[in-house]
Amino acid sequence: MSGGRAPVTITTSEAPLIAFAREVGVVGPVAAVGGRTQWAVGGQLDPGTRLVPAPVGIVAHQPEELIVRVRAGTPIAELESALAERGQMCPIDAAEAERATVGGVLAVGRSGVRRLRYGPVRDTLLEARAVTAQGQLVKAGGPVVKNVSGFDLCRLLVGSLGTLALLAEVVLRVRPLPTESRWLLGPGDPFAVRRRLFRPSSILWDGRHVWVLLEGDPPDVAAEARSLGRVFSEVAGPPELPSGGRLSLRSTEVADWAARPREPGPFVAEVGVGTVHVSSPVPASPPHPSVVDLHRRVKVAFDPVGRLNPGREPA
Amino acid sequence: MHAAHDAVAAELARALAPERVHSEPLELVLYGRDASILNGRASVVCFPETAPEVQAAVRIARAHGRAVVPRGSGTGLAGGAVPVGEGGADPVVLVTTRMNKILEVDAEERVAWVEPGVLNLDLSRAVAPLGLNFAPDPSSQQACSIGGNVANNAGGPHCLAYGVTSAHVLAVEVVLGDGSLVMLGGLEADPPGYDLRGAFVGSEGTMGIATRIAVRLTPLPPAVSTLLADFATVEEGAAAVSGVIAAGMVPAALEMMDAPITRAVEAFVHAGFPTDAAAVLLVEVDGLPAGIDAAASRLAAVLTAHGARSVRVAADEAERALLWKGRKSAFGAVARIAPNYYLHDTVVPRTRLVEVLRRVYDIAQRHGLTVVNVFHAGDGNLHPLFVFDAREPGVMERVQAAGDELISVCIEAGGVLSGEHGIGLEKRDHMKLLFSADDLDAQARLRDAFDPERVMNPAKVLPTGSRCGDLQHVPDGAWV
Repeated sequence: MSGGRAPVTITTSEAPLIAFAREVGVVGPVAAVGGRTQWAVGGQLDPGTRLVPAPVGIVAHQPEELIVRVRAGTPIAELESALAERGQMCPIDAAEAERATVGGVLAVGRSGVRRLRYGPVRDTLLEARAVTAQGQLVKAGGPVVKNVSGFDLCRLLVGSLGTLALLAEVVLRVRPLPTESRWLLGPGDPFAVRRRLFRPSSILWDGRHVWVLLEGDPPDVAAEARSLGRVFSEVAGPPELPSGGRLSLRSTEVADWAARPREPGPFVAEVGVGTVHVSSPVPASPPHPSVVDLHRRVKVAFDPVGRLNPGREPA
Repeated sequence: MHAAHDAVAAELARALAPERVHSEPLELVLYGRDASILNGRASVVCFPETAPEVQAAVRIARAHGRAVVPRGSGTGLAGGAVPVGEGGADPVVLVTTRMNKILEVDAEERVAWVEPGVLNLDLSRAVAPLGLNFAPDPSSQQACSIGGNVANNAGGPHCLAYGVTSAHVLAVEVVLGDGSLVMLGGLEADPPGYDLRGAFVGSEGTMGIATRIAVRLTPLPPAVSTLLADFATVEEGAAAVSGVIAAGMVPAALEMMDAPITRAVEAFVHAGFPTDAAAVLLVEVDGLPAGIDAAASRLAAVLTAHGARSVRVAADEAERALLWKGRKSAFGAVARIAPNYYLHDTVVPRTRLVEVLRRVYDIAQRHGLTVVNVFHAGDGNLHPLFVFDAREPGVMERVQAAGDELISVCIEAGGVLSGEHGIGLEKRDHMKLLFSADDLDAQARLRDAFDPERVMNPAKVLPTGSRCGDLQHVPDGAWV
């Protein structure tokens, strides 16, 4: 195998996972704690809830398999730099990557600004080992990029805010780092920009300016950049995203939303995705009325006494 | 018993239409099978046309204590649509083929709403004039339904770059086992609550029946280049697969065929596949016209460096289509080798392909069987086919034994049971090779939340007794 260095292995012991399961235990309200960068999402944790730190460390990065096995408490920045050393990435793109952890980002389930190209964060999780409300360490999924062996508990856990099980260790899908990566800034209609480009990594819009991220082989990036015209010029990176709240719209609703009279204040919309970053908090929206009962049954099936992350509701 | 069957059929006929409810013996036998080698028996077969009809059918079956087994085109290979109840009367088979309308296409949003019986390729053909397609492309795409794709989280050659079905399903309207209608997921960026859409995709009909599906449409690539590389040994071909990934490339598709299947395919489609090669790789890159030639050259260089004797780049769309026709008709071409085949579907880490393939040939030889390999090499998704003549006495036992060994070898290599065909009935009892009792209990909790009475396809995916509370005796050391 070309470039066949041994996988980076820090530790492969099961011990930290077993210790984590023991700390979670079988009784009493409990939550896993990461970097607390999105601690307020989904509501206040009930007072008196025991906080257990998730296990840390990169267990194995296997570039030829396009996977990395990493413990949930590992900071995103640490993962990113380990992957980059071998020419790969996992496009999670968390804010505050030094503090945000792999488990936290998955449990909250919010995707980064490159979702337009790489898909939502839920599509990166291939295998999860998690501790249940019954204190058992269970596995879901598997360490390969394609797998339909049993039900997809992985996707269920992403965005569940640790209310169904607490992530201990995961296998994530990784990708080669693009050879070239360029942010461009220009004026105009972001929706027309989207129609014009084949595979942009991100299109951001604040109502006046359009930021476009192009990634890939140099000839492709150059061709896409040319198609944007001379009104676009290269910039260092994306704009700062308002961090008050996130609106979740249909991608086709963004233009109408921006045109409506609304609260003043800056926004940055992810064009083609439907996420809008705004400066004031966004009230949580309830699940579709038809699924309220099913939603409750799922919670009760996994955590009948409500001990995992009490007070939080995925919304 | 017979009278009870008649009562269910009569009620279904009133709720649907008499001509869409069948209980003639021939039909019951026909719908007792899918594309696997397994057999079951339906008590009634019905063909609803609307979500309210599906609801009515499920409620009637449930009221009579019948399980409901949903079925699309019946192309599934793991017995997922084979009607098997959990004791008691035979299930009601609910066929979605009459729910076959593309309801809405929004080219700006890149979303289509379809009914479950719409055929995979029909959707891609319908949206091609808009420059879009539905990315999952199983080899059976001319025949398989999108509802079936959702049930099995289907794959296909291009899932290497574009992801499997789950990545392309945004929302599903589902009839649950109690007859209620729910909407899972949504078209907004992040639908609130648990990702029940994600949990439903790949649940093989055990959690409900999709009646309406919102799928993501993907822009057709402006430029595509398809390469055919031939190798003198299977080992070199398999090593080249890892070589491509190690070189930092993720092609749109990366397929492998070994010598016997290449020869059979060539005799079938006459596409110029090298009949003296031990293995061929069919590799595709896509992107913009500006970079496509450079990408193809880079790929060709890597393949050559890994021992490819020749690398042929399809000169035009016609040649490209012919190569893909060869790949996708491989299973049909197998008939030239022997009348029957048993197709497996496992995934192994792609760095273990060389070793696992060697063991696959060895297993076949020891059991006196012929095996051919045509598979999604880039994903490590193996499809060994044991080919045989079912009239030969005792051959089925050998096919079964070889299959069991094959599955064990793949699991030992760090692989999984299924990449895209599902668990169904076929691999249900192999789940214990991959999952512990606690793991299976977690999966059973999810199923029971969707379908507490186990009306929906109850005998599939999870081995009996997966809910820990169900178990009277857990044999020590039985879980791996």
